[in-house]
Amino acid sequence: MENKDNLRAPVSQKSLTVEKPTDLTTIGGTITVEINEKKVSVPLGTTILEACKIAGISIPTLCNHEDLCVAGVCRICVVEVEGMRTLQASCAYPITAPMKIKTSTPMVRKARRNIIDLLLSEHYGECYSCFRNGKCELQALAKEYGVDSYPYGHVDKPKYEVDNSSYSVIRDMSKCILCKRCVRTCIDLQEVGVLEAIDRGDKTHISTFLDKPLADVICINCGQCINRCPTAALRANDPSDEIWAAIDDPTKHVVIQTAPSPRAAIGEEFGLGAGHSMTRELNTALKRIGFDKVFDTNFTADLTIIEEGTELILRLYKALVKKESIALPQLTSCSPGWVKFLEHYYPEYIDNLSSAKSPQQMFGALIKTFYAKKAGIDPKDVVSVALMPCSAKKFECNRPEMNSSGYKDVDYGLTTREMARMIKEAGINLPEMPKGDFDNPFGEASGAGLIFGATGGVMEAALRSVVEFVLGVKVEDVFANANIIPLRGFEGVKYVEIPLGEKMGPVPDILKHLVPNWDWLKGVTLKVAVAHGTANAKKVMDNIKAGGKFSECHFVELMACPGGCIGGGGQPIPTTPEIRKKRAEAIYAEDESLTLRKSHENPHVVQIYEEFLTEGPCGHLSHKLLHTHYTKRGRYIA
Amino acid sequence: MLVLEKNAMTEEIELLVVKFGKSRSSLLPILQDIQRSHKHIPDFAQQEVARLLDIHPVEVYSVISFYSFLNSNAKGRNIVRLCQTITCDMAGKENVAKAIERELGIKFGETTKDNKFTLEYVNCLGMCDQGPALLINERVFPKVTPEKAVQILSEVK
Repeated sequence: MENKDNLRAPVSQKSLTVEKPTDLTTIGGTITVEINEKKVSVPLGTTILEACKIAGISIPTLCNHEDLCVAGVCRICVVEVEGMRTLQASCAYPITAPMKIKTSTPMVRKARRNIIDLLLSEHYGECYSCFRNGKCELQALAKEYGVDSYPYGHVDKPKYEVDNSSYSVIRDMSKCILCKRCVRTCIDLQEVGVLEAIDRGDKTHISTFLDKPLADVICINCGQCINRCPTAALRANDPSDEIWAAIDDPTKHVVIQTAPSPRAAIGEEFGLGAGHSMTRELNTALKRIGFDKVFDTNFTADLTIIEEGTELILRLYKALVKKESIALPQLTSCSPGWVKFLEHYYPEYIDNLSSAKSPQQMFGALIKTFYAKKAGIDPKDVVSVALMPCSAKKFECNRPEMNSSGYKDVDYGLTTREMARMIKEAGINLPEMPKGDFDNPFGEASGAGLIFGATGGVMEAALRSVVEFVLGVKVEDVFANANIIPLRGFEGVKYVEIPLGEKMGPVPDILKHLVPNWDWLKGVTLKVAVAHGTANAKKVMDNIKAGGKFSECHFVELMACPGGCIGGGGQPIPTTPEIRKKRAEAIYAEDESLTLRKSHENPHVVQIYEEFLTEGPCGHLSHKLLHTHYTKRGRYIA
Repeated sequence: MLVLEKNAMTEEIELLVVKFGKSRSSLLPILQDIQRSHKHIPDFAQQEVARLLDIHPVEVYSVISFYSFLNSNAKGRNIVRLCQTITCDMAGKENVAKAIERELGIKFGETTKDNKFTLEYVNCLGMCDQGPALLINERVFPKVTPEKAVQILSEVK
């Protein structure tokens, strides 16, 4: 039987789930059902919906989502089961006995049409001005079932006020159809717990604690709810109008940095299948739109590795040699959703968070200092845009402390979806673009920076550098082809031990002023862990709190979104486990195709430490520009 | 809320969690106890219940908003509820309602200025054979007439 602990179901529902046998050869392990007179053999406990999928029969769904537990609230997936008086919701019906199922009888069609009509009678459908126009699941269903009138009426005025208090997520509850995908995402998948159904009956609406605006409750801005909303009730705060205005303003110098994950996914917005990397086509498209410079966030990802890695080495040195009490394990700080999660739920572990900024904010600080000076532009005329797979990045760039250049370091965070729309608005078909390069002085980045996009990537990138720094050997000699496979994949929490052995290398020049030699690391086993999705992060943190296995780790990578940035809240909709896997494959394949695959070998990184950050990693200037501090927010809502 | 009040509230909820057990299914009995002793469930109490049961504040608020007999905003010291369902309506609820409104000087859904009474409608109290039914705090008064209603209210402290 499969392990119930790993089931994506709320605690209250776990006891109700039907256990699926892992070994299908056991007697009674499979059941043969008849769907529309077609015989299919499925494992015991398979839902009718899954069985239909196996049989190649399509069933419309709304509240069902592959990442989430069963809800069975929208009823659009009803089917007829022989011998049953009423129609059954196929998503919530586990098959435990042979049965005859019919998916397209007059009764089923009539019921489905009725359900759609009822949903439309409550949904504020102003499709022309809606950001989901053409991508709305409700709109698609209305089309599929030939809705040509509104027998139960149609809403022509919004019922609720739009909540645009948050920097990241906008809630327009007039468009909500109460499928509760966002509720299950927030409570079960992410365990943040912002949204729930409030009130009862026809007054039911999805809202926050005491109906407060989103900015005032514990929302980590991860945007996973946006990615799962079938309509436009949830959307990201779109800054594209401001960005167009900056592009059209001849006095402004508009630069954009692009993160690794949007490239692996933006093709999906242009009709390509998941897993097509569009890096160099995107560069050309962005130039044609009118961005003055296109930079690669991977460059600062490389810089993050050097800064965060040095910080780790310093922490270990202080703990092991100087015997100072220092916060360990060090936790990554690249994911702004995760950072806010920790600030709210584990404020006592703020010292464990790496003080290094996320790559986006490092780049922001460098663009308005190093780059502006080098290019001879007044930083006040620079408009810095960041293309991110993430809605929390919009919040991050608006944090009050993110102004170490003397200006707002990053002016706008833009999601993959919004970028795709801007590209379409400019009349550009991305897949047909010629290939282009990134601009100097940050023209090249390593594969290590690239794999930041997938869960485990930051850790793998860090280890590639740390192994070479400390052991003085090529990482390829330790891990075949420099691929650290145990850190890859979508298991919720990964744990890896790396014995460093007795043979140490020389201290590289860049770190010579910080540590005298590596002798103190002899015989030490480096313990690292990787978690993605805040529900898994919570497991790791609770384990650390209880003094378990993870409290002995040295370095833990945590990402707020399932799958890491490739599954971010700003990525194309839909995002499913299968799509996440393909996007990750695209990123790892691109990494493998590069010759430069280690952060410390990036010539531009070496150059910036020679020219600008002359005191080396974690030096005075780095601390001013590339490191930050955090706020203890706590879990209470005022 | 003052810090002292908060601490007292936390202590009270901790005891309730011990009494009913630390699980999701204890949520309703705990909320009912708080409602009984405080006449409402303050924001802070909701967050403490959530913390101690390891659920989210919004889930607690969701449950409170679902049930008519749980409320997060403070109401009057006595809650007067008149049944509005069809049998009580036919038995003469309307006249009783008018008499109560006149006596208290407030409409349904309001609280008197001295904070003594909150007036509300409820749905079926299960007293259909003895309507109109009136519920004051936890006591039911069957077969209420306008005169009797005024009399009952005058006896409430």
